[in-house]
Amino acid sequence: MIVVDVLTWVLVSAGGVFCVIGALGMLRMPDFFTRMHAASVIDTLGAGLIIVGLILQSGFTLASLKLVILGLLIFFTSPTASHALANAALERGAKPVLADQEGESPSSPP
Amino acid sequence: MIYVVVVTALLVTLALALVRAFRGPTVFDRALAGNAVGTATMMLLAIFQFIAGRPEFVDLALVYGFLNVIGTIALQKFFRYGDLGEPGGTEGEGR
Repeated sequence: MIVVDVLTWVLVSAGGVFCVIGALGMLRMPDFFTRMHAASVIDTLGAGLIIVGLILQSGFTLASLKLVILGLLIFFTSPTASHALANAALERGAKPVLADQEGESPSSPP
Repeated sequence: MIYVVVVTALLVTLALALVRAFRGPTVFDRALAGNAVGTATMMLLAIFQFIAGRPEFVDLALVYGFLNVIGTIALQKFFRYGDLGEPGGTEGEGR
């Protein structure tokens, strides 16, 4: 029983850490499209690891079936929403920050 | 007791997403932050089921997940096309 708890704790905490990393990325990225990449880290890795950890915790019950459905929901709808947002942002003039646009980009001078 | 780390991590994620929502220059940044808040809340609901031992909370997480996605797509559609389209309008004249 202890092994399941320890494994759950490891998976769930890793999911939480990835959520924080995604949120930090959302704050520090220069423009909208890189922020979207960071935000999708929360959806995929963070939520995925947490859900797998919780499924371990509940074993073969109805709750774990609902968690699997929750995982599938995130798996299918999160890319759709991100695509829609990126499409709208590009349409409405959110310019991605390109390297050659500002001469040398600060991080990697050519 | 094992969920302390992940609950604090999710609360920090919510706080950071709110900061992005306040600072976000364009409206799409705010929609993105809303999406992140929705996902973090869904995870909190799913975890709360195990903390409180009551199995209804994963249903709440499911409903919240659906509403969050629908809200993001509606927001995107409104700010891209200017309105949400005529109710039952013909799909022929796509903008």
